[in-house]
Amino acid sequence: MKTQDKQIGAALSRVDGHQKVTGAATYSAEYPLPGLAYAVLVGSTIAKGRLTGLDTRAAERAPGVLAVITHLNSPKVPGFDTAGKDPSQPATVGGPLKVFHDDKIRFNDQPIAVVVADTFERARYAARLVQAQYAPEKHQTNLEASAPQAFLPTQARKNPKSPMADYQRGTADAYQTGALKVEGEYVIPTEVHHPMELQAITAHWEAPDRLTLYDKTQGTLATRRDFAREWNLPEANVKVIATFVGGAFGNALHSWPHESAAIIAARVVNRPVKLVLTREQMFTMVGYRPYTWQKIGMSATADGKITAITHESLGQTSTYEEFTESTLAQTRMMYAAPNLTTRYRLAALDVGSPIWMRGPGEATGAFALESAMDEMAYLLNLDPLEFRLRNYTDQDPEKNRPWSTKFLKECYKLGADRIGWSKRQLKPGSLRDGEWLIGYGMGVGTFGAHRGGAHASAQLRPDGTVLLQCATTDIGPGTGTAMTQIAADALGLPPAKITFELGHSDYPQAGTQGGSSTVNSVGPAVQEACYALKDKLRTLAGASQPAFAAAKKEDVQLADGYLTLAGAPATRVPYKDLLKQAGDAAVVVEAKPGNEGQQYSMYSFSVHFAEVRVHELTGEVRVSKLVSCADAGTIINQKTAANQMKGGAVGGIGMALMEHAVIDDRYGRYVTKDFADYHVPVHADAPAVEVLFVNQPDYHVNALGTKGIGEIATIGVAPAIANAVFNATGKRVRELPITPDKLV
Amino acid sequence: MNQFQYVRATQPQAAIEAVAQTTDAKFIAGGTNLLDLMKRGVMTPQKLVDINRLPLNKIERMDNGLRIGALALNSAVADDKLVRERQPLLALALNAGASGQLRNMATVGGNMLQRTRCAYFYDVTMPCNKRAPGTGCGALEGINRMHAIFGFSDKCIAVHPSDMSVALVALDATVLVRGPRGDRRLPFAELHRLPGDAPEKDTNLETNELITAVEIPDGPFTRHVHYQKVRERASYAFALVSVAAALDLEGTTIKGARLAMGGVAHKPWRLAAAEQALVGKPATEATFRQAAAVAMQGAKAFKHNAYKLKLGPNTIVQALRTAAAA
Ligand SMILES: Cc1cc2nc3c(=O)[nH]c(=O)nc-3n(C[C@H](O)[C@H](O)[C@H](O)COP(=O)(O)OP(=O)(O)OC[C@H]3O[C@@H](n4cnc5c(N)ncnc54)[C@H](O)[C@@H]3O)c2cc1C
Repeated sequence: MKTQDKQIGAALSRVDGHQKVTGAATYSAEYPLPGLAYAVLVGSTIAKGRLTGLDTRAAERAPGVLAVITHLNSPKVPGFDTAGKDPSQPATVGGPLKVFHDDKIRFNDQPIAVVVADTFERARYAARLVQAQYAPEKHQTNLEASAPQAFLPTQARKNPKSPMADYQRGTADAYQTGALKVEGEYVIPTEVHHPMELQAITAHWEAPDRLTLYDKTQGTLATRRDFAREWNLPEANVKVIATFVGGAFGNALHSWPHESAAIIAARVVNRPVKLVLTREQMFTMVGYRPYTWQKIGMSATADGKITAITHESLGQTSTYEEFTESTLAQTRMMYAAPNLTTRYRLAALDVGSPIWMRGPGEATGAFALESAMDEMAYLLNLDPLEFRLRNYTDQDPEKNRPWSTKFLKECYKLGADRIGWSKRQLKPGSLRDGEWLIGYGMGVGTFGAHRGGAHASAQLRPDGTVLLQCATTDIGPGTGTAMTQIAADALGLPPAKITFELGHSDYPQAGTQGGSSTVNSVGPAVQEACYALKDKLRTLAGASQPAFAAAKKEDVQLADGYLTLAGAPATRVPYKDLLKQAGDAAVVVEAKPGNEGQQYSMYSFSVHFAEVRVHELTGEVRVSKLVSCADAGTIINQKTAANQMKGGAVGGIGMALMEHAVIDDRYGRYVTKDFADYHVPVHADAPAVEVLFVNQPDYHVNALGTKGIGEIATIGVAPAIANAVFNATGKRVRELPITPDKLV
Repeated sequence: MNQFQYVRATQPQAAIEAVAQTTDAKFIAGGTNLLDLMKRGVMTPQKLVDINRLPLNKIERMDNGLRIGALALNSAVADDKLVRERQPLLALALNAGASGQLRNMATVGGNMLQRTRCAYFYDVTMPCNKRAPGTGCGALEGINRMHAIFGFSDKCIAVHPSDMSVALVALDATVLVRGPRGDRRLPFAELHRLPGDAPEKDTNLETNELITAVEIPDGPFTRHVHYQKVRERASYAFALVSVAAALDLEGTTIKGARLAMGGVAHKPWRLAAAEQALVGKPATEATFRQAAAVAMQGAKAFKHNAYKLKLGPNTIVQALRTAAAA
């Protein structure tokens, strides 16, 4: 048998691409269960107060209506009394909204009723008939106005070593006494999750104590845990299925009120219930990148060495849940500043809870940090790239230990060459093409190369194909494709002979798809499961053919129909014999990280270079070139990896130039409620993003050498664009997005 | 869903009668605006009279102009050879609006009668005098980035969102209307009205009146024209400010000019005084700047839309520059 080409690193097309583009892929709202009923949520129209009356009579009488559920008649959800005490969710204190649990209104559009009917249209119509009376209380939805009530997150109060705690090295706020210093305040508005697929769930009580959820989630097991707990059920009684997820960027990392509502509704009507949020409800019910205020002060020596940075951040959270994110992480470790201070604070507003949104806090923080780096470079009259090189660190200045790997310098070089950084002029406004001012800017991103434990199973089937399973999900990056490639190399089989199944809580355990950690974590589990399978087959074969018992693992080959040995094609055992011997010849393995994380600081890095054109009269900004270069460890699939980078870059364009969800604070209610008002980039806004990878393995993270891509694709893009706008116009916009009104 | 009657008309007269029979009946053309409003509960007609089959979609050459049927699709008009030759400004404005899919559904009549995109109008829980007279104007002291700087009242500061209409008002178009009492002609500039004390009325049409066509007189504006639309992304967004500019040049001297703005008032905003300021002058930056200053006289901003006081004149200058160079 000819040894096949290595699959890792190849540009394999998505293994589920055909299913996706032909509509054969099944999403959470597409399970036509017998007796399916439809649920529509009714939202509050005030931001804070109490429900004093609910008239559901007209809705109940409407045709086809099966139930109208409110806090007045909702069945008791046992877990609501014990909720909010979840030690396994360290990023949050408090807990998800307990839907229909009491008469309290905590944010505008909070679900106050769910109407269940035999068709969607009838449920929607009846939902309009529900009448609510309120006793409103004074609400607060404005972050700046809440600044005086800002507080240190609970986890930081309890644990001074928490990454959310105040951080100090050298002298506190030393930048203030620096001779050369810059200081600025930055604002990121609320940005809302709007993947193509709306948040959807189909809930089915298969028995009074057995629940099946077809749910849009990034973690089948996290969702299983949450709802098992909510209903006081053993986890084994809850099944969560998310075979396909139509895009999720953090919005499905958490359990939300609509999921609880659908489960309650299914229990009440004793039928499976489907609930799909409207686009409008996506603004209020499934989290968002929180509105965040930041301040940075930085000082440097005349020869371009940073002497001190102080970075403060104030982010919004809800009144019932404390959401934190790593806004200040990049500042602590990116540049060799001897004096460094960070302070992270929250303000609790009368809004729904925020949640991580791609590149999460790091992207928010990088906007401020990388803008300040640019500003300082101008003050020093230095090329911003040169300024960054002068402050490059060969070891982690926060934890004082070596990087596992760091190829950021290589990224700088590759990216700068590709964009033509040498064309950039230091003086703003120097380059133009007719009415368009041209500018160049750069921004750096980093994100922890996280790895968690994961299980995977591998099973030989009689036809000689191999089935792999893992409870992980695929929200779009191409998880199944990457895993197929890893398995192909480990087994020596062509990808077509491998099936990777995911998105089911009954499959071997794995973490949630988030934080760029899936390939890092699940990849090794798949690899080891494949090795273990081969080894098991070898042992089985050894029983009848001693040559196998003596053979080296690497020499065992899976040929068509039989197991054989390299260089000895005559030595073979048919699969059907092996399977007869072993039953199903399946293995389940767990792959876990060791203590590398204590010895090394492990991060992915990226740099983004932008060329923008700003219209001198209208202030319109067009990104004409975007080069993203990443040090993300081994690249498993050139195509899907580049695809990740491009998607992240386009998300960064949205962040930089157009995305902003706006609340009218008088009502505590969004005025941007659809895609006509909340803009995300269209094709015409995105240039052909050029992606470059250093592609150097990091074997401290795992045996594959991967570090993670999803987040660094976005982190640093917005400041690259903002810095390019400055280079073009001399205007430093510190409040995103950079819309024309801020430049005319 | 809300119950309503649906009928399909094949002749204008029948359509008008069908609408006249029922209070709160509405014509429906492409439905790209009306259906959205119905889904949000902003409009709840008792009856929809589908006019898509009326024989009113022709684009015809007349003795001294073009006649475009009210049911001609936005995309068909924008691509039409006659339109492109004789009224290229109209084609430019149409193509600046919405998206390819929407333009394939939207009609000329529906486009001019589309309703404001003001967020307070769209949210039935918010105050809005246009949607629910007497409830107040949510935008006046609310989020008013997108709102009017001309011709508003304390009852309403919404803007008319159509791009096509900005070109039509500049081109001195006439709207052909048929109602229960017969046909009439309405100068395009008189179709839309200012909010005054009755912002619930967008136009000067009578209830039950059907727009059958729009006529555009021939003119010298076949070359030096431009539609400049400033928006928050490269396409598929409503205008922050837009300008339709048409110049009749003799050498470098401006013999005639047309100028109108979108995104600044409750109606497409013709800039007659600015046109006067251009005529007879050389087509230079200084002339354009002067005209832009004239155009902005009387503009007044609210909390979030002061940028329009600067973006407005800049966009006029840019539109004129581009038109002159075309
Ligand atoms: C996401 C989105 C983005 C958009 N962006 C833009 C943009 O950038 N620029 C822009 O200009 N527009 C934009 N539009 C609006 C679009 O142009 C209008 O929705 C469309 O032109 C309406 O035409 P229609 O035929 O679908 O009208 P309909 O929705 O069918 O009708 C609209 C109104 O006109 C009435 N009506 C229709 N025809 C007649 C007639 N012949 N006589 C009397 N009354 C009539 C109807 O009763 C109704 O009240 C956008 C729309 C959407 C949904």
